[in-house]
Amino acid sequence: MSIAEEAKLAVRGAIQGVMEKAIELAPDSWMPGGKPDSLIATKHGSIGASVPRIDSPLKVQGKAPFAAEFELPGMVYAALMFSTVAKGRIATLDTAQAEAAPGVVLVMTHRNAPRMESMPVFLSAEKAGGGDNLPIMQDDRIHWNGQPIAVVLAETQEQADYAVALIRASYEQDAATTSFATAKRKGTEPGLFMGQPLKTEKGSADAAFKASAAKVEATYTTPRHNHNAIEPHAATVAWDGDRLIVHDASQAVAHTAWSLGKIFGISEQQVHVTSPFVGGGFGGKCLWQHQVLGAAAAKLAGRPVRIALSREGVYRLIGGRTLTEQRLAIGADQDGRFNAIIHSGTVATTRQNGMPEPFILPTMSSYGSPNIKLDVEVVYLDMLANTFMRAPGESVGTFALESAIDELAVSLGIDPVELRILNQPSEDPLKGTPFSSRHITEAWRAGAEKFGWSKRSAPGTVRDGEWQIGIGCATATYPYHRMPGGAARITLTRDGYARVEIAAHEMGMGTATAHTQVVADRLGLSRDQVTFAYGDSLMPGVVLAGGSQQTASIGASVIAAHHVLIKELLKLAGNDSPLAGLGTDEVGTLNGGLAKLDDPSRHESYVSILTRSGRDHVAVEGSASAPLETMHWSMHSFGALFCEIGVNSVTGETRVRRFLGSYDCGRILNPKTAASQFRGGIIMGLGLALMEETQFDDRNGRVMNPSLAEYHVPVHLDVPPIDVIWTDIPDPRAPMGARGIGEIGITGVGAAVANAVFNATGKRVRDLPLTLDKLM
Amino acid sequence: MTADRSAAAIAAIRINGVDCPVPADPRMSLLDLLRETLHLHGTKKGCNQGACGACTVLVDGERIVSCLSLAVQHAGRSVTTIEGLADQHGLHPLQQAFIEHDGFQCGYCTPGQICSAVGMAAELKRGVPSHVTQDLASDHVAFSPDEVRERMSGNLCRCGAHNGIIDAISETYAEAAE
Ligand code: FES
Ligand code: FES
Repeated sequence: MSIAEEAKLAVRGAIQGVMEKAIELAPDSWMPGGKPDSLIATKHGSIGASVPRIDSPLKVQGKAPFAAEFELPGMVYAALMFSTVAKGRIATLDTAQAEAAPGVVLVMTHRNAPRMESMPVFLSAEKAGGGDNLPIMQDDRIHWNGQPIAVVLAETQEQADYAVALIRASYEQDAATTSFATAKRKGTEPGLFMGQPLKTEKGSADAAFKASAAKVEATYTTPRHNHNAIEPHAATVAWDGDRLIVHDASQAVAHTAWSLGKIFGISEQQVHVTSPFVGGGFGGKCLWQHQVLGAAAAKLAGRPVRIALSREGVYRLIGGRTLTEQRLAIGADQDGRFNAIIHSGTVATTRQNGMPEPFILPTMSSYGSPNIKLDVEVVYLDMLANTFMRAPGESVGTFALESAIDELAVSLGIDPVELRILNQPSEDPLKGTPFSSRHITEAWRAGAEKFGWSKRSAPGTVRDGEWQIGIGCATATYPYHRMPGGAARITLTRDGYARVEIAAHEMGMGTATAHTQVVADRLGLSRDQVTFAYGDSLMPGVVLAGGSQQTASIGASVIAAHHVLIKELLKLAGNDSPLAGLGTDEVGTLNGGLAKLDDPSRHESYVSILTRSGRDHVAVEGSASAPLETMHWSMHSFGALFCEIGVNSVTGETRVRRFLGSYDCGRILNPKTAASQFRGGIIMGLGLALMEETQFDDRNGRVMNPSLAEYHVPVHLDVPPIDVIWTDIPDPRAPMGARGIGEIGITGVGAAVANAVFNATGKRVRDLPLTLDKLM
Repeated sequence: MTADRSAAAIAAIRINGVDCPVPADPRMSLLDLLRETLHLHGTKKGCNQGACGACTVLVDGERIVSCLSLAVQHAGRSVTTIEGLADQHGLHPLQQAFIEHDGFQCGYCTPGQICSAVGMAAELKRGVPSHVTQDLASDHVAFSPDEVRERMSGNLCRCGAHNGIIDAISETYAEAAE
């Protein structure tokens, strides 16, 4: 980094620091959430009901349309050819045979691709959504092993796939850095996340650690992971003049529309991205090169294009989670009280993105300690850009942190549950801000009771035939996030129906269902009077389905629009209404209409207001307040995880026998869909614990297992019955009292399993996944 | 040989009760025939390599992964896809059970899970043993969660709806099996 750049960062950091302090010190009442959302107090509404998914009839009949199922007249199919070297340039690229193959419409390479800008890389601007910022088929340079070097368009997928096999390429290779170990030997650099170093220190951790009576210190490693949504990435793309239409599988429709506009030199209004259903995202379904290549090829051919990645294509083109090497040191006194926590280490990333896996995140808020030191260092490799995957940071960071706590508990002879409860902080351990709502101790107690934790035996003492049995626990944690940009439109019609529109996403989280419930309660309507529309970039709002923030963002956006709606309706109600003379602050929505808050007998229905004013509908839009609550309070969700495993004493195989997650995530909006989300996260965590690894060839930077046959995810026989319970204590500072739950499920699971393996066998495995070779 | 081939070319595949011509391109998988030619998008493509089960359909009542079989192989046979499971009385009981037990999130693996479970239930009924069957000599296989989990393990679900899926299948078929 240049001195000028460093200075710029320092100034930016200082300004941010002053802002943050001011927000921390401001009175509660100035903050969003300063006055708790009125829905928190509602007891008998739709919120909290176990409503089946509103899209379930479509999904069980296969009628929900996914991105690769839009059919456009004249559409052609795309297939991709991938580079086989990590760095260098294309020396020769012979496409003649492919061009002459039956059904082929064209072959696009760097020689004939339209001129385009690179993708604005995610987090570099409010609506930037790109996975990397490399030129896309603009020159002959190769940046990673697997980079697309040609696109074939043909009348059928079979014809396109066959033609790709006829393309011949040769390369002039440059020396590439593809080995983590080699790169580390050359030195690491500080990891930067949104321009800020992932580095912080409170007190003097090294000295305090040295002076501690009890110490544990170890290195933990986690491998690369792929999201592996069962729906491969796909887009159906068409140009209508200079308007671009993209039916995408997306967790970021607004980001994608804006970014594609930048890439093709058109305004974001000229780009229409839809994504009604997404077959799983987990952080992987943002903007990657395939949408851009599809749009470019459609432009070149003058025909709509379906670009559906093969499973191999997903591994070559879409980044996953990077590997981590973490050092975790805890110093404590004899009673187990922490004096020092040091969490540092190195991850691999690339120059073309900005995503050093922030594994220190869980250590920032989980436990109190007078001395804390955190540091993420990076090395840059010539590889596919890595990216966000479910609970980036926490999912792998908790493996180190929660394993180390178990190791400390063992060495001190303290129950690991009690050790965790003992070290709960009374305020944010780093910032000193108050917690908005923190009930992890209740979650631990309830979970331990239900699981039967007190029956735990000494390591290596329980057997069931050839199986060694053990139980383990760990903390799950994920912050409450709400990103700026939320906005929503509410349209109320004279028949008393409401439609809410917001550019949000449904990837299976149950968004549409939960928010139909919330909107029904907020407007005083029944669920069947509410339509929740989403997944379309023409709708209001910049709402990333990421960071577990969608529920908060939608909630705050609807609160804002609701406020405008009351104002509009009061205007329309006029002087002949029972509401005449009341101000917006005195009025709320109740029983299908407006009512005076402290005198609900002064009520007029929406139908009546709209009918009297001669309107067939009223439409309003509101923009969510800036998410200052996340700076004023320390807002986090937690969970207490328990699992029982068996390790086969002959084969070394680990099988999970039962699992319980006890969560404190604020209010649960829909127990049915929430339980599924927790379970889904836990199951992905079981994969992380036991089997998942994207195998990367250090010699040439190529992913070696780009298929679901060789990258193992948990299958039915791997998944035991999973019990999920929660405190259901509303967070007074969050819309609806709810903190997001999409990501916390995966956190802590790796450590819970590893700790149970230790309890079963007395063997401590610090390297994921816990495959049988490590236990033989 | 030539005669055989032209006979196959005019033969039809019966799909959800409707005869469909066999495609001209012999490379076309049954899956692509369903999705791209017949616009039956309910059958999903998750890997196109036989590894995920999303493309499972029933051929003469037996479950297969349609991505690994060529459409031309199915001339004269009867294929049931997810679109063919509900009847005029409404959803198939298993579809209903998937809704009640929340046996899905994104819904992308769901048609494959459901078709696979219908085929699996028939296998259990016929006494076909699996890897976890204890008594291989018996021609009766008892319905158990482990049998179901083992037999459904070819259908991946990344959202993690496994518990709901097994519960839905158990509720629908456990009693019938006893
Ligand atoms: S698509 Fe056929 S098994 Fe995956
Ligand atoms: S429901 Fe999404 S993959 Fe199974």
